[in-house]
Amino acid sequence: MKKGVLRPGHVQIRVMDMQQALKHYVELLGLIKTHQDSQGRVYLKGWTEVERFSVVLVPAAVPGMDFMGFKVIDDQTLSRLALDLAAFGCQVEHIPAGELDFCGRRVRFLAPTGHWIELYAEKEYTGRWGVSETNPEAWPRGLRGMRAMSFDHCQLHGSNLPLTRELFVDVLGFHLSEQVLDANGNSVADWLSISIKAHDIAFVGDGNDGAFHHAGFLLETWETLLRAGDLLTMTDTSLDVGPTRHGITHGQSMYFFDPSGNRNEVFAGGDFHYPDQKPVTWHEKDLGKAIFYHSRMLNERFLTVMT
Amino acid sequence: MKPARLRIRERVSGAVFAVEQGSALLPAMEAARCQAIAVGCRNGGCGVCKVRVLQGDFDVGPMSRRHVSAAEQADGLALACRLYPRTDMEIERILEPVARKH
Ligand code: FES
Ligand SMILES: [Fe+2]
Repeated sequence: MKKGVLRPGHVQIRVMDMQQALKHYVELLGLIKTHQDSQGRVYLKGWTEVERFSVVLVPAAVPGMDFMGFKVIDDQTLSRLALDLAAFGCQVEHIPAGELDFCGRRVRFLAPTGHWIELYAEKEYTGRWGVSETNPEAWPRGLRGMRAMSFDHCQLHGSNLPLTRELFVDVLGFHLSEQVLDANGNSVADWLSISIKAHDIAFVGDGNDGAFHHAGFLLETWETLLRAGDLLTMTDTSLDVGPTRHGITHGQSMYFFDPSGNRNEVFAGGDFHYPDQKPVTWHEKDLGKAIFYHSRMLNERFLTVMT
Repeated sequence: MKPARLRIRERVSGAVFAVEQGSALLPAMEAARCQAIAVGCRNGGCGVCKVRVLQGDFDVGPMSRRHVSAAEQADGLALACRLYPRTDMEIERILEPVARKH
């Protein structure tokens, strides 16, 4: 938080069939549809999120992620970080307010892994969905499917991991929570946090520049995760792995695919990681246990299938 | 009336399996416990199930243009998870399916 970056704020995901995508993200995941803009983009949020949207679905011929956005503390911070990013050597673009409805101006930069990441300071505050701000009930009635609480993080694949780590830590104020080191001591995967969560973004250095591995959504408990697994079967949704536990972050997790082949994760629990805590290190030779703590076995699809 | 059972042959592996008319090829292959073609997202996004159609008629669902361009599609390339056979078919996988490793 020391550079003024607060938290993940949104992700724009490309889908080939909006009807199918909404069935998936709204009826199955349980996100709330809050808007559709003049470009045909649909805005969604998890019920615990206080801003108008956190997930934007955009119709496209190639699935994947357009960008992930982080909220910063104020407009001044946004201006300062735009300069810092440019000074670091990033390509920086300025997106005017209103390009995404309900969202203020955005500063977008190309991470060395080939992903567009953006920062914003303002977005319409709508409060949690379905519950009051005073004396709120525990949860709102009328949630659907998996009742996903919030958009939580993304895992992105590409090259230039050391430079990306430097950018996120030194320029944006993230801390490294976990890493996977190869036999030579070089990191092949970094988990980075801007909060006390075990991660807010993860990068895997496999040379697949710009690749979208998954967007993660928060569920309440392990029990809810099993129920989400039941729903995948009931809806014949394409499963990747789980429910299981990760070694890395120790979160409980399940992966599956949206109707355009973008991977989603739903997860519950996991470690906290305060900024003063040293990074947790995993060895690449033990990657099976690091990723899937129970089976201790990697599935090839998890490593190689992306959009 | 029961849907017709169509015979699919993958040339590289020599594997033969059946697909009911109206079903997609890749899930039918998985249901037959056949591993001739790599299985990824099963939803036309990742490209690992790409095949070349050597013979037969088929329809396709939405496929990522990154993995099958319009020209390739016209040339008989398709993603098996989005390929709906209408007749018996002979196809050829593009990628080797990778064995489960640990
Ligand atoms: S399995 Fe991903 S495109 Fe067919
Ligand atoms: Fe994740």
